[in-house]
Amino acid sequence: MNSDKITKIVLLSASLIILLVSGGMVFSLVKGAIPTFHAFGLNFIISNQWDPSQGKEAYGALPFIAGTIMTSVTALLICLPLSFSTSLFLGEYFKDKKIARVIRLMVDLLAGIPSIVYGLWGFYVLRPLLIDLGLPNQGFGVFTASLILAIMIIPYATSLSNEIITMVPNDLKEAAYSLGATRYEVIFNVIIPSARSGIIAGYILAFGRALGETMAVTMLIGNANVIPTGFFDTGNTMASVIANQFGEADGLKLSSLIAIALLLFLITGIINAIGKLIIKKMA
Amino acid sequence: MKENIEKIKDPIISTRNLSIAYDKGNYAVKQVSVDIKKNSVTAIMGPSGCGKSTFLRAINRMHELYENIETEGEVFLNGKDISKMQVIKLRRMAGMVFQRPNPFPTMSIYDNVIAGYKLNGIHIKKKEKDEIVERSLLDVSLWDEVKDSLFKKGTFLSGGQQQRLCIARALAFNPKVILLDEPTSAIDPVATSKIEDLLVKLKKNYTILMVTHNMSQAARISDYSLFMYLGELVEYGKTKNMFTNPKDRRTEEYLTGKFG
Amino acid sequence: MVSIKRTTIRDHAHRRILKDKLIFGMVIFLSMVTISPIILIIAKLVINGFRQISLNFIIQNTPGTFEAMTAVANGELIPGGIANGITGTLLMVALASVIAIPIGVVTGIFLYENPGKFIANLTRNVADILQGIPSIVLGLIAYIWVVKGITNGFSALAGSVSLAIMMLPMIIKSTEETLKMIPQTIKEAALALGVPYYKVILKVLIPTGFSGLLTGILLGISRIMGETAPLMLTALGSTVVNFDISKPTSAIPLLIWEFYNDPNMVSLIWSSSLLLMGVVLLLNLLSRQLANSSI
Repeated sequence: MNSDKITKIVLLSASLIILLVSGGMVFSLVKGAIPTFHAFGLNFIISNQWDPSQGKEAYGALPFIAGTIMTSVTALLICLPLSFSTSLFLGEYFKDKKIARVIRLMVDLLAGIPSIVYGLWGFYVLRPLLIDLGLPNQGFGVFTASLILAIMIIPYATSLSNEIITMVPNDLKEAAYSLGATRYEVIFNVIIPSARSGIIAGYILAFGRALGETMAVTMLIGNANVIPTGFFDTGNTMASVIANQFGEADGLKLSSLIAIALLLFLITGIINAIGKLIIKKMA
Repeated sequence: MKENIEKIKDPIISTRNLSIAYDKGNYAVKQVSVDIKKNSVTAIMGPSGCGKSTFLRAINRMHELYENIETEGEVFLNGKDISKMQVIKLRRMAGMVFQRPNPFPTMSIYDNVIAGYKLNGIHIKKKEKDEIVERSLLDVSLWDEVKDSLFKKGTFLSGGQQQRLCIARALAFNPKVILLDEPTSAIDPVATSKIEDLLVKLKKNYTILMVTHNMSQAARISDYSLFMYLGELVEYGKTKNMFTNPKDRRTEEYLTGKFG
Repeated sequence: MVSIKRTTIRDHAHRRILKDKLIFGMVIFLSMVTISPIILIIAKLVINGFRQISLNFIIQNTPGTFEAMTAVANGELIPGGIANGITGTLLMVALASVIAIPIGVVTGIFLYENPGKFIANLTRNVADILQGIPSIVLGLIAYIWVVKGITNGFSALAGSVSLAIMMLPMIIKSTEETLKMIPQTIKEAALALGVPYYKVILKVLIPTGFSGLLTGILLGISRIMGETAPLMLTALGSTVVNFDISKPTSAIPLLIWEFYNDPNMVSLIWSSSLLLMGVVLLLNLLSRQLANSSI
């Protein structure tokens, strides 16, 4: 066999490893989740019971699915005006300025802060502040977790939309200005429609991030295995329940946590695939 | 005023000692004083970097979009000092057409024509809109070509059609003047001659001020010509006279192809 | 030719100009709100953490909870340090890199060489999706595969595997993107000289794209270094320095989590976080610098 052939095989096999690992992940999660779905069927997804007492074990994922969706959606809503303004700051108002470079760096650094540090800051700085503002449950709950999550996903939402906004051709903006439009009219009628799919894709990817964030949420959401009844109520997300129930888990409980991981895997996978698809369509 | 610069009665645009600097002291336009005749086509010529685009953009204050620009002197449109006008109103009085056709890609042909109204948040009746769209497209001889696809995106049109759409967009406001910045430089010769015919036709109702790189184009369609060199206005007068009998040596050299 | 009738235009100019200014002010205000957390977080870590940072903090193991309690009761600094966490983090990050970098770079080269192939497209899409998988899920996977399947207990290896899976898509992406930027002619010039394919990769492609590859690697390392959740499920933690990859091992983020949960040691969270974040942000900045200089 000649060396070129060997090289090709080596390259191909690395790629096969990736596919194998990914396939293996799905396989292991499904296999680990089988006892749960065997015991509860699809009820697992719609049941809100989480009872590990020996003999009458019952597990349902609904509280965590609800908690995940509530925190992620709230986080996205809080993040939206912030990251959108920042994208305009970077990509339009102060495009190519030194100040934009500095702000951009700071936003990017937000993505570098470890999740646990966000959790600590949320716990020791943000939470006391929220208690002073009258938040119940010692400041724990969906809202506090969402607030921290919102900060954490800002860089993901900002970087793509900033890039796309920067790329809107000057030609179009000038055409609008020459018709007498003010800057915000140019932004809302020309820039945003042109950059729309990129902005949406950015928010979808950021939403995907929010779904799976673990540590900071675990430290702030209050860890109650029930469906949150309001934004200031405590709860658990799919990721946070795995983190704080894992330590004492085996048997059916472990299987249920793996089943939750499988659901989380599927949801984030789908959300990401949609985001990437939109990006690919633009290119 | 200098002797090489023709005086015009009742001008629609006049500039007095207009100077524009990009950075401090780096002048792109120097002390230009000129009067533009109403209902005429005036061509602005000169080698690249002579300040002709900057001069054109100063008429509707588009040059102010960029920072560190310093403007001295005065520009009058219809007798009014433009620096005292609201910039959004001024720009509606002076429609602009750019080098590359730039219809808004997210809007239909119809919406492109009335984009100015939409952008300015001006609400008009549907019937009025229809009228404006039809008249503007008729004015640029595009109506017959697009009347069946008004609600399609304008991006499928050819370059020449797109540029005529952009002219229609500028006409929709019924401006006093139309400023064109090398409007045919990105367009094929056939489409160019259509646009040239159109401009000649349009001068009946509008005043047309056009930067051009193309001397023969200036000779073909303009009534007056303005020659700029290194930011200065060198010569201004009837196109016929300037092309046959240029007064300044630099104009002559430019017209005979010695530079530019 | 018909000229257009001049419609009476009511354009609310004053209102629009005011709105324009208002929105500009909003954008500035909200942008400042956006960046305030990074400043506040760094400030909090520095103010609360710098006192504890010393040589001992880096070379000593974590104290017992009783020692910590006594020190706190006497109003002294908590003795000891986080050497077990630092070494554990280094060990696991190094092992994860050893696993992820070769596979990632080679996969990236494969994607670059076979852009349209079915298997390449599939791999690219799978890597894209892998990048979005929450780290806690990867921790659970490594738990099933390594803790249950290989080391029969929590181990540094399990931690490394979870971190390696996390790092892989980042390396693949940055490798492919870097190689795409290299002009095709450079590669063709080498091939035209009859150089074998693997030598073109090793001697031309990788050296030319080296700083790009390094940028991706540093960014990947900075990302996995701060991970806590997957390590809770895999490496578990240890009170002493451990270099045996089949044994439970600590890491800085794991120690922060332990300190946070132990009222006696809670004051150590700030110094540990300061150290962790200092290193992570430094790597981050370094990779950025590299990326800028390579263009």
